Amino acid sequence: MTIEELEQIAKSVCQENEKYDFEVNVCMDLACSSQGAGQLKDALVKAAEASGKNVHIRRTGCMGPCSSGPLVRVDPDQNLYHHVHADHAEAIVNSLGGAPVPDLQCDLNEHFDKQVRVVLENAGYIDPEKIDEYIARDGYKALLTALTEMTPNGVIHRVTESGLRGRGGGGYPTGLKWSTVAKASGDVKYVVCNGDEGDPGAFMDRSVMEGDPHRVIEGMALAAYAVGASKGFIYVRAEYPTAVSRLTAGLRDARRRGLLGNNICNTPFNFDIEIRLGAGAFVCGEETALLASIEGKRGTPRPRPPYPAVSGLFGKPTLINNVETYANIAPIIRNGGKWFANMGSERSKGTKVFALTGKITNTGLVEVPMGIKLREIIEVIGGGVPGGHTFKAVQTGGPSGGCIPAEMLDVGVSYDALVRLGSIMGSGGMIVMDDTSCMVNVARFFIEFCMTESCGKCIPCRAGTAQMFTLLTKICTGNATMDDLELLEALCSTVKEASLCGLGQTAPNPVLSTLKYFRNEYIEHIVDKRCRAGVCNMEAAVADQKEVLA
Amino acid sequence: MADCVPTNSYREGTVPAFTPPPLPSDDKRWKIVNGTMRKNGFARHALIETLHTVQSSFGYLDDDAIRFVAHSLRVPLSQAYGVVTFYHYFSLKPPGKHTITVCAGTACYIKGSDKLIAAAEKRLGIPPGQTTEGGKISLMTARCVGACSRAPVVLRDGEVMGEVSSEQVLEQLERWAVE
Repeated sequence: MTIEELEQIAKSVCQENEKYDFEVNVCMDLACSSQGAGQLKDALVKAAEASGKNVHIRRTGCMGPCSSGPLVRVDPDQNLYHHVHADHAEAIVNSLGGAPVPDLQCDLNEHFDKQVRVVLENAGYIDPEKIDEYIARDGYKALLTALTEMTPNGVIHRVTESGLRGRGGGGYPTGLKWSTVAKASGDVKYVVCNGDEGDPGAFMDRSVMEGDPHRVIEGMALAAYAVGASKGFIYVRAEYPTAVSRLTAGLRDARRRGLLGNNICNTPFNFDIEIRLGAGAFVCGEETALLASIEGKRGTPRPRPPYPAVSGLFGKPTLINNVETYANIAPIIRNGGKWFANMGSERSKGTKVFALTGKITNTGLVEVPMGIKLREIIEVIGGGVPGGHTFKAVQTGGPSGGCIPAEMLDVGVSYDALVRLGSIMGSGGMIVMDDTSCMVNVARFFIEFCMTESCGKCIPCRAGTAQMFTLLTKICTGNATMDDLELLEALCSTVKEASLCGLGQTAPNPVLSTLKYFRNEYIEHIVDKRCRAGVCNMEAAVADQKEVLA
Repeated sequence: MADCVPTNSYREGTVPAFTPPPLPSDDKRWKIVNGTMRKNGFARHALIETLHTVQSSFGYLDDDAIRFVAHSLRVPLSQAYGVVTFYHYFSLKPPGKHTITVCAGTACYIKGSDKLIAAAEKRLGIPPGQTTEGGKISLMTARCVGACSRAPVVLRDGEVMGEVSSEQVLEQLERWAVE
């Protein structure tokens, strides 16, 4: 495969597309599929055949606003239709070339206007299982350009220049990580993609892997060229069967096209990727645990240093990045580091994909420039809290993150700002809660999660989370005293300071952040035996108290 | 394990070639399992991959399967068992004829998945992770299936249903019960 051949493929795809007068793109991501997007696509194909019109029906990855699904976009007019079902197929096909179907049109301009799409640039435009469609949208151009015109150091330099930071949660500068692995000695090195999206409430990585698998593969190949690796692993959750099959198909097609394998683009560069399945352990999102899991062992973390960049998979220097980090690489190489660094805020560059869920009108995937205010994400893009309820908090960073209250919504989203608020960026889950959620109960939910997901290797995490869960249960059932609250706070700092890995070190965050912003609710539970959201059942404790008083 | 007994060849300083154990039965599914191991050159790091193949072929992992995989990959039985019990995805019990899985991720929890679990628990008379008598219906919870935008989510025999109510869960259980 050479650049000329790549351009030839792109050209032939464009010619093929030009044969059609209209394109009807059907979102077939998990959320839309669960609402009948499959039947809808079949009905559209049938209706198109019957009408005799020259229409191309295409399945695509996630278009974004899942709550309006199933979604259909008609090109070239760019009409977006929402809540489309199989019975609407005929009306849509009939409308082609005329006025759009009024009942199905949706007004999501505000939702899209604030967004900038880099990682999701192809979502909704390509069939995820057709490598040629990816190539037609500049796919693999960055890889071949890098291989023929750039040195590995040049690639690292461009990534460093972009200011990209790891999108998995930690926010470590990507360029720095790459240069550490590149400098590490040893002829065998590995590149690993962390697709173990364990944060409950986050599904960005799933959507990227399912909707645009080649973007991840290209990013990994570029990384391998930069650091001098010839073998890569993608570690994907087994709970994402579609992502696994799309990646498998993507790897097969990339090999067939000569974009993976030996002597890629007639250069000495060899690279291939294998898929490894996760098996449902949240701790495997931690890099050393993930490596242990790829080696076929229990996913328990180990102390660092040595960092994986020096001694990682099978004891060799290993580069580990998250799915979204790799998805950013190809556009950075194509458009330059400065282009990327122009987006975002001072110390957090580029865009971030968030999974907006919970008590919010427009649930789904959004991609926003860093530095955007939380309020804009929630009120403008997300459309606010539905059902006449009031906003209470937004939870970011999953079980390692915290709850951010309404007063703090004018803070711009960046790695550092979220840490200052007592939360973290995390992988990008954003769960909105309204006045029907009890913050103590939410904290208990997350601690229960960390307790069951603790691998058990170090005591602060194993025993600490269990004790924290007991104390929170006591508070939620109305059996706690103020001494228990003090003990809980002391435990938080022990677990945070003394745990071995990120899971334990961040497990107290949901408790600490709710204590910081919603301390009143804790005190109401303890002193007044009252849960203002009406979630916690404290009848037994209240009855006991009355008995004592009587 | 017979292949662990020191033989003369050990004393002579040579290690005999490893021969994988025979397939546990004529069941064709074992060939699929063996295929995964062969593809990975019977390397120890293929343990999790192989266990995935066993579970997808047989529905669960029983003692014979774990023993066979451990021997084939020359992994200590304790280590294989340790791996199986570490990961939530692996099951040591056969699944019921039907499985209802309630997602217990954060978005689903905020939208009331605990009520769905409680309703199913009450109707079936079993806690999550168990199967009703006669192996009819399994009740499971999932950490997150990634369909958070349609919370609360329930998997009906693996098929995603979004924005589910307790009534819908009970209706589905009723339909399975009378089958």
